[in-house]
Amino acid sequence: MELIELKDVNKRYKNGVTALCDLNVSIGKGEFVFVIGASGSGKSTFIKLLYREEKPTKGSVFVGGINVAKLRNGKVYKLRRKLGIVFQDYKLLPKKTVYENVAFALQMYGLSSSEIRNKTIKALEQVGLKDKWRSFPDQLSGGEQQRVSIARAIVNEPKVLICDEPTGNLDPVTSMEVMKEIEKINKELGTTIIMATHDKEIVNKFKKRVLVLDKGILVNDMMKGTYKNERN
Amino acid sequence: MKGIRILFRSISDSLTNIGRNLSLSIASISCISITLILVAVSIILSQNVNSFTNSIEKDVTIVVFVDREATKEEIDVVEAKINLLDNVESIKFQSKAETKKQMQKESDVFNTIMSEYTDETNPLQDTYLVKVKDINLIGETAKEIKTFDKVAVVKYGEGMVEELVKIFDIVKKITYIVVIALVVVTAFLISNTIKITITNRKREIEIMRLVGASNSYIKLPFFFEGLWLGFIGSIIPIFACCYGYLYLYNRLGGQLFTAIIKLVRPDALVFNLVISVLLVGVIVGAFGSYRAVRRYLKI
Repeated sequence: MELIELKDVNKRYKNGVTALCDLNVSIGKGEFVFVIGASGSGKSTFIKLLYREEKPTKGSVFVGGINVAKLRNGKVYKLRRKLGIVFQDYKLLPKKTVYENVAFALQMYGLSSSEIRNKTIKALEQVGLKDKWRSFPDQLSGGEQQRVSIARAIVNEPKVLICDEPTGNLDPVTSMEVMKEIEKINKELGTTIIMATHDKEIVNKFKKRVLVLDKGILVNDMMKGTYKNERN
Repeated sequence: MKGIRILFRSISDSLTNIGRNLSLSIASISCISITLILVAVSIILSQNVNSFTNSIEKDVTIVVFVDREATKEEIDVVEAKINLLDNVESIKFQSKAETKKQMQKESDVFNTIMSEYTDETNPLQDTYLVKVKDINLIGETAKEIKTFDKVAVVKYGEGMVEELVKIFDIVKKITYIVVIALVVVTAFLISNTIKITITNRKREIEIMRLVGASNSYIKLPFFFEGLWLGFIGSIIPIFACCYGYLYLYNRLGGQLFTAIIKLVRPDALVFNLVISVLLVGVIVGAFGSYRAVRRYLKI
């Protein structure tokens, strides 16, 4: 079985909107996949299914061997501990320092303080923010905040890094820096990356596998794809 | 080891969170303090009402008049039989000579009348003054004593005592209801205040979930936070009410308006007050907070 497998996935919201329709996707270990599409195409729903923020109406979603569709609410944390998630709005805890925000993802494992410190510093070094460990999120720039959120996502060495529009709030130069960071994680750590984005420049520059969604249907699955050869 | 680390981390996180959300924490503590003052005052009132009614009830005595012809042995038998009754708290013999002396002391009229009688011609009867354990059973105890040999008359203020007991019962029930109602209202107010605090941290809970924190791991620091808020919030009412009552007690000389209404001694009241207020604060705080977080843990 592949690391991520979606079989005949349908998602229909309570208000009647069908977000995904008969979706079949397999993603292997170490892959870097862009999920693109216009607003309302279902890319956010696709991402949310992977970390069980949403459940499919029909079909199955396997992430690292866990059937996400059948995962009970109280057990969701078991899935999330295998993933790293990066959001457009960073989702950092404003009342915690950079160090605490990153260390927080390790504290729940009951590790010793020294283990937490070593891993946290290592993650902050990887994103180049070691010297900002004492700052609070509101003292950082958007790009720095996103790098903190990346450090938090990778501190636990997850198999999969899910990114939901990680560059949506950043200027082009900072976006490129953040993307390089994410690509480095993919190459150096072998982490599988799944990224929803509508940043054409990024997709075209990095030339990775591209899944194109349109009105909930997977209309294209291209290796080394770009926005240019997208059919829609 | 892992569990202990998580527990200690939760405790330290809860204290840090109180500091970092200081304004909301102060708002919660103030609300808890104000409502707990109401609880503390109601406890003080109910304890005083209870003590007053109990002291009146304890004063109620069954007077057992022994036959004039009864011999010393027969009188002893009556005493032994009364002593055997379950509901008897204490028994005191009062000879007719003692009763005569007491009456003479009470008023000049009685003194004049009774001084005409010698010990031999004394028309009074020897009596037993019986105090009961349960005033509700006083009628039955009196009836039973009445059946004993050589017992002439048994009096305990029939009718009036039953009325008094009924009224006191109602008063006690009302005080209990008031205390319980206030505790419920307090619980409601405190858990609502904490809910507001936690609604403000909805995002924090959401992020905790996203990075893989289990529900119990998320709830634990909030549980302790509620516990601290309840604890700190109950300190002010405890001190205010203990010292306030002590001041009032000394100022009023230990009685309210008249010597009949004696106030409960502060040292007897403080323990109950501290424990009750502290428990209400801590339990409602901790569980109110715990329940409030639960709302945000459902998808």
